[in-house]
Amino acid sequence: MQQESVDAIKANPHYQELVRSRKRFAWLLTIIILAIYYGFILTIAFAPSWLGTPIAEGATTTIGMPIGVLIIITAFILTGIYVAKANSKFDALTKTVREEQQ
Amino acid sequence: MRRYATWWVLFALLTPFMLMAAPALTGAVERQATNYTAIYMFLAFVAGTMGITYWAAKRTRSAKDFYTAGGGITGLQNGLAIAGDFMSAASFLGISGLVFASGYDGLIYSIGFLVGWPVIMFLIAEQIRNLGKFTFADVSSYRFGQTEIRTMAAISSLVVVAFYLIAQMVGAGKLIQLLFGLDYWIAVVIVGGLMMVYVIFGGMTATTWVQIIKAVLLLSGATFMAIAALAAFGFSPEEMFRQAVEVHPKGAAIMSPGSLVTDPVNAISLGLALMFGTAGLPHILMRFFTVPDAKEARKSVFYATGFIGYFYILTFIIGFAAIVLLLQHPEFYKPEAIAADGSIIKGQLITGLNGGTNMVAIRLAEAVGGNLFLGFISAVAFATILAVVSGLTLAGASAISHDLYASVIARGRSNEKTEIRVSKIATFMLGLVAIGLGIAFETQNVAFMVGLAFAIAASANFPVLAASIFWSKMTTRGALVGGFVGLISAVVLTILSKAVWGDVLGHTAMVDGKEVAVGLISLNNPAIISMPLAFAFIWIASLTDNSERAKQERIAFEAQKVRCETGIGAEGATAH
Repeated sequence: MQQESVDAIKANPHYQELVRSRKRFAWLLTIIILAIYYGFILTIAFAPSWLGTPIAEGATTTIGMPIGVLIIITAFILTGIYVAKANSKFDALTKTVREEQQ
Repeated sequence: MRRYATWWVLFALLTPFMLMAAPALTGAVERQATNYTAIYMFLAFVAGTMGITYWAAKRTRSAKDFYTAGGGITGLQNGLAIAGDFMSAASFLGISGLVFASGYDGLIYSIGFLVGWPVIMFLIAEQIRNLGKFTFADVSSYRFGQTEIRTMAAISSLVVVAFYLIAQMVGAGKLIQLLFGLDYWIAVVIVGGLMMVYVIFGGMTATTWVQIIKAVLLLSGATFMAIAALAAFGFSPEEMFRQAVEVHPKGAAIMSPGSLVTDPVNAISLGLALMFGTAGLPHILMRFFTVPDAKEARKSVFYATGFIGYFYILTFIIGFAAIVLLLQHPEFYKPEAIAADGSIIKGQLITGLNGGTNMVAIRLAEAVGGNLFLGFISAVAFATILAVVSGLTLAGASAISHDLYASVIARGRSNEKTEIRVSKIATFMLGLVAIGLGIAFETQNVAFMVGLAFAIAASANFPVLAASIFWSKMTTRGALVGGFVGLISAVVLTILSKAVWGDVLGHTAMVDGKEVAVGLISLNNPAIISMPLAFAFIWIASLTDNSERAKQERIAFEAQKVRCETGIGAEGATAH
């Protein structure tokens, strides 16, 4: 890519918005998944017995079971949220930037 | 090439028949009687995939066809192929076995393997699709010295592939010996031979379809098993857990975290390796170049995360249900595990299982679906190994041909035809090496190898890749120093850990009057040290680099970022 077109794209407000909003969104989701996972790992390390508490009086199922399954489902949902936003907002911005470059 | 392909198909189809004629009653005690249902189902799989390889061979002409299936794979197809690449026999059999033996701990492992996927999605999937062409080294070397960075990336890729491959080959040999009643070395040769045929003739197209078919078979087989198993408990997980706690030797302990994660440092270290290792595995990253654009790349991660997460929930159900359901099958147990009245002794429920806990899913298949379904699941397990080793070998071969040969040795002056030929020769050599190492390591303890592969991927590949995408100030020197520090520290710390120093090298100590294997360090997984160390050295060695080249590399970041964000100038798909 020529340096002139790089400079032109960098100066494009749509490009700047794309970079800014995607960066914010991607790191937000990354922090959420890291917080969930390391929160889980630290709970295992420091309070394993809490995860072993029954979900109800007399039940065998422990709190850790739905939590574990929920983390798996949440990971999937987070990727879905990213795809939804990227397919609409980010792709639209990218398209605008590409068109304005031609 | 077409003429040769036909001969290979014939050879591959006939080999198992020739092998069946060999006397099958020698060898290890655990060997099973030859399982003909499983063998016929597996032959059907081989015949189908050979047909696909023949079709793929006709379409594989350019380097782009060979490395990336022409870049025309859809998001859904690639999602299935990624799942097929990632769901190894070790995760299907190993995690269901871990759940069977320890309950909740199996779920902790599954979660660790899964949470790397969102991170890949948010931080690197689209970026590497926009920046790369055939290998992840295209991305990490994008604005840096090609010779240095590609050499380093190829070395760490090959080390990751080698350890991963040895673990798969040894697992394959033992599993097939157990399932099909074939000799260990024959099993290893069949896996290696078939894998070479897929990759050499069909390239990425054949590899992708082998992975897709395997993913569909594995997911449908595991779904049937989980539903049939849950039906035995009136579809009530609570009822399943209640009965499992009642009969399991560990009792209620299986419902909460146990011995797998003992202290915070080891827990976090394992978590780092699993999470960021996935984002640094060469065979996984290579899959992102098979889709036409960034949009399909992100869709593939979405589908892959869904399939893999669903699969781990199934293995969890399978492992727990097996605790109760295998109790009704004393015929699966060793004679010493059976009491006088014919029932299984409670203390032997886990340890007395014939073939060990890796056989849990296989035994449950027989328990819920009879001999036919046992044959199906055995064939799927075989197919699973083939799909994983094919992906690994293709990634290793492309590191040799695309990174080492075309960019370093020929310095970009080679033509496509030569590069493909080098890749095919590399595949053949890697296949031979894999077979050789698989046989050499038969009796070795290879349990540490997959963990080490993930740790190296997290400590050498991922830091360089992430910094090259996100950090404008990185230079060739920083990437080189940081990458090698990550690679070497991960390997050295693993050698000093219990898994190698104690279990493999045989260093022991007396603990509470018992002789146990020990490591020089108490860290089981190196990632908590080696990964930050790699980042630290990238940082220091880059910031202190004031050469003219470093200045140019920092300036080049702007152009890289524009391509990375917009996809302008990115590799497109070729039409067929």
